[in-house]
Amino acid sequence: MKTYTRPVTGTWWTRNGFYRWYMFRELSCVFITLYAFILLAGLYRLGQGPEAFLAWQAALASPASLAFHVVALVLVIYHSWTWFKIMPKTMPRLPVPDGAIVAGGVIAVIAVSAAFLWTALG
Amino acid sequence: MKRSNKPIFWSLFGAGGMLSALIGPALVFTTGIALPLGGVPLGYERAHAFAQNGFGKVAIFLVISLFLFHGLHRMYHSVHDLGIHVTPAMKALFHGIAALGSAVAAYLLVTL
Repeated sequence: MKTYTRPVTGTWWTRNGFYRWYMFRELSCVFITLYAFILLAGLYRLGQGPEAFLAWQAALASPASLAFHVVALVLVIYHSWTWFKIMPKTMPRLPVPDGAIVAGGVIAVIAVSAAFLWTALG
Repeated sequence: MKRSNKPIFWSLFGAGGMLSALIGPALVFTTGIALPLGGVPLGYERAHAFAQNGFGKVAIFLVISLFLFHGLHRMYHSVHDLGIHVTPAMKALFHGIAALGSAVAAYLLVTL
C-alpha cells in the first residue's frame, strides 16, 4: 500500500514567528560547528610554534572573523536560553516546578560564565 | 531487531548541547571577540602551557569534539527540516566529520 506523503517545501518555516525562531535556533549549530573548527585550527597552529600561533590570533582580528564571532555569540546565547527553557521537557520528571529547572540552568550559565571570564580575562 | 545507534549520537548531541549552553557564550566572547581586541592576556606561552597540562588537554578535546557532535547532529536534522531527503550516507557523513575532527584534535593534543 502506498500512503500519501504531504509534500514539504524548504520554506515552511517562514510562515510564522514560532517557526522562524525555531530555525534561528537551529542556525546556531552551523556557527557552533564552525567555531569548533576555528579552535581546532588554533590548536594546530599552536603545535607549529609561536609564530604560527600569533598568525592565528591575527586572523581572529580580521573584520570578517569579528563579525562571525559577534553573530556566533548572539546565536550561542539564544541556543543556551532555549536549551534550558525546554529542559523541564527534555529531562526526566523531577519533583520541582518547571520554572525552578529553567532558573537553575540560567543561574548555572551565569555562574560558569563569570568563573570562566574571571579566569580568562583576569 | 537491529540495535539503533540513535542513543549514542543523541547522547553526544546532548552532551555538546549542554556544554555549549553552559560555556559557549563565555568561550566565544573570550576567544573570538575579547582576544583579538586585546582584552585577553593569551600569549603563546599561556596557551601552550594550558594545552600541555592534563586538565587543559581534556578541556580542549571536550569542547572541540562535543561542539562538533552537537553542531553536526543538529545540522543533519536541519537538512531534513529544509525539505531535503536525508539518507544513511548523509548521516554517516555528518557524524563522520565530527568523529574525524575529534580524532585530529586528540592527535594534536597527544603530540603537542
